[in-house]
Amino acid sequence: LVQQKNLEGYVGFANLPNQVYRKSVKRGFEFTLMVVGESGLGKSTLINSLFLTDLYSPEYPGPSHRIKKTVQVEQSKVLVKEGGVHLLLTIVDTPGFGDAVDNSNCWQPVIDYIDSKFEDYLNAESRVNRRQMPDSRVQCCLYFIAPSGHGLKPLDIEFMKRLHEKVNIIPLIAKADTMTPEECQQFKKQIMKEIQEHKIKIYEFPETEDEEEMKMVRKIKDRLPLAVVGSNTIIEVNGKRVRGRQYPWGVAEVENGEHCDFTILRNMLIRTHMQDLKDVTNNVHYENYRSRKLAAVTYNGVDNNKNKGQLTKPDTAEGMSPLAQMEEERREHVTKMKKMEQEMEQVFEMKVKEKLQKLRDSEVELQRRHEQMKKNLEAQHKELEEKRRQHEEEKASWEAQQRILEQQKLDASRTLEKNKKKKIF
Amino acid sequence: QIKAQRLLYFNMSESTKPHPQGKGEKTHVGDSSYVGIDAILEQMRRKAMKQGFEFNIMVVGQSGLGKSTLVNTLFKSKVSRKSVQPNPEERIPKTIEIKSISHDIEEKGVRMKLTVIDTPGFGDQINNENCWQPIMKFINDQYEVYLQEEININRKKRIPDSRVHCCIYFIPPTGHCLRPLDVEFMRRLSKVVNIVPVIAKADTLTLEERDYFKQTIREELRANGIDVYPQKEFDEDAEDRMINDKIREMIPFAVVGSDQEYQVNGKRILGRKTKWGTIEVENIAHCEFAYLRDLLIRTHMQNIKDITGSIHYETYRVRRLNESNIHFSAHLSDDPAVEPKANGQLEEQPSALQPNGVAAQHEALSHEM
Repeated sequence: LVQQKNLEGYVGFANLPNQVYRKSVKRGFEFTLMVVGESGLGKSTLINSLFLTDLYSPEYPGPSHRIKKTVQVEQSKVLVKEGGVHLLLTIVDTPGFGDAVDNSNCWQPVIDYIDSKFEDYLNAESRVNRRQMPDSRVQCCLYFIAPSGHGLKPLDIEFMKRLHEKVNIIPLIAKADTMTPEECQQFKKQIMKEIQEHKIKIYEFPETEDEEEMKMVRKIKDRLPLAVVGSNTIIEVNGKRVRGRQYPWGVAEVENGEHCDFTILRNMLIRTHMQDLKDVTNNVHYENYRSRKLAAVTYNGVDNNKNKGQLTKPDTAEGMSPLAQMEEERREHVTKMKKMEQEMEQVFEMKVKEKLQKLRDSEVELQRRHEQMKKNLEAQHKELEEKRRQHEEEKASWEAQQRILEQQKLDASRTLEKNKKKKIF
Repeated sequence: QIKAQRLLYFNMSESTKPHPQGKGEKTHVGDSSYVGIDAILEQMRRKAMKQGFEFNIMVVGQSGLGKSTLVNTLFKSKVSRKSVQPNPEERIPKTIEIKSISHDIEEKGVRMKLTVIDTPGFGDQINNENCWQPIMKFINDQYEVYLQEEININRKKRIPDSRVHCCIYFIPPTGHCLRPLDVEFMRRLSKVVNIVPVIAKADTLTLEERDYFKQTIREELRANGIDVYPQKEFDEDAEDRMINDKIREMIPFAVVGSDQEYQVNGKRILGRKTKWGTIEVENIAHCEFAYLRDLLIRTHMQNIKDITGSIHYETYRVRRLNESNIHFSAHLSDDPAVEPKANGQLEEQPSALQPNGVAAQHEALSHEM
């Protein structure tokens, strides 16, 4: 039983919120937001409008400009700074959702993604060394409903039924400037009716004691689901510069409460309820996941989930001492190292074999070439011999001829001499 | 026939000018070169007015794209399925239904039997594989009914025409590109019926977004070989081609429908009133509804019916008779006297087209082909 005590003087712990505030500002905040909906409902535009940035730019085009064959889950991180406060915003987009002819199970990649983020956090939380615990869990899911004016589509109902217990779902009516105010009212009523019929649990705004806040919360609740319009183009209306969409019949202003509920969404998402979304994710959705996951693990540490066909890393069971766990981790590490060593040795051997083979091959090649060249050389040699012989023959015959000619000449000169002598005598 | 009349007119001497033979009198008593052939136009007009016209239009698209509203706006009366059915609650049906509603409407003495065929449930399920099949079957069934009546020996003076003349396909205004479902549907159905694609709920798009979207759609239609109405190959002459080219530059029409009237600048017009302005349905600066209406009703209605009758229906007929011809000649050896079979069994046994006229029909066909 805790008694309430009145203080006699000023102690100073009233300053605690400021300390927390300063520390948070220094640390910065994180927030993960998921957007789901058919392509062409203005999701990227709305994100850009909410955070007044261009998440998707011409260099990095948004998913809407690329045609998807299957549902992808993509995340983009952006660091937003305002008034000294840092917000690391992660936007998770789901291009391809609901776009195919057959959309059965198109929600599965989304469920898998959310679960995998929970699992990462669970593992990080269970580690011995917990200095770094990045929180990438999905804290809010904006679900875009096409403005048909009638009611929810079967796909909408299926998706929300499967995800309302894993993440905070905030349903939005996309491209709300399609509808007149009456149509919008009618549509909202119909949607809320169907949500209740199918027992879908969308994100609920927390009750507070503060009368002012309650009024605001009630106002928001009346306008659920929020009908939004997104735009980052600035247009002049009556001398004022506003963000809006220019039509031949007028300008639909994004931040005008009479035109759409964008301001309400932005205030709620960023200015008032961001922390609550994170808390609900942590305290409700994550805890649900965690208890379900760990309950499936038996006392022996054997993971029942493996039998169910889910992918898991070897989890820690409740009751394992940290030392044993460290030992476990060390063993893991050692086996991993050994495996890597083995692999590297294998690779090395293989490479050595390859190289040897190559060398042998080139040796054989060289040998062959050597033989070839030798043969060529011998052939040339023979040819040359032949030629030499011919040449010798020719020389011999030529010399013979020369001798004959010489002889003739000698004879001729002797005869001449003789004749000369004869003439004299 | 009207074309033949026109040709003849040009052959006559230039000095004569035709006078409308409203009262059946010859006004050119002394003009010996005036024959009066053009009076047949007036006779045809009178006959057509007595007979009345039939027009069957089908609307296809996901639920919530404004199909029923648009049909009501087109014919300025509550002719859609929603206006007829008493239940105001809109529930998406689990499978595709084909609902056909007929009305007799009249304007300036001209009567028309308008049939609106709605397809609730198209593209609304999670798995929309083959959702076009019931629609294709319906269209082919109408051709079959007409074919049956045509090859009957004792056939009616005027065969009731329930063939789908025009199918308006509603494209959701995503602003990016066609969805796989749109491409699949249009690819298959452009071969059996005239498809007129429209961008539904076009008041979602700004003018730049609209132009970009239309361009993307046209490119995708071209890339996939989808021939929408007006088809290029059926342009009859240069004049037609010029007019149709202009139309082809504008499809798909970005339409907005409404059956509520508002006061704007002292006039009462059909429109949609929002907090930032009133969208006038028939104002071409706002949307292209007027172009669609002119195309469908005021200028090209007869052409649409002609193409359905002379091309789509004929393609179907040739295919069917070919099927039965093959089957028939296969069976000719065993049994020359083909037994008369009921119409309903036609799908399974293509040989039995109709009881007695078969032999004569085949003779005629084999000469044709």
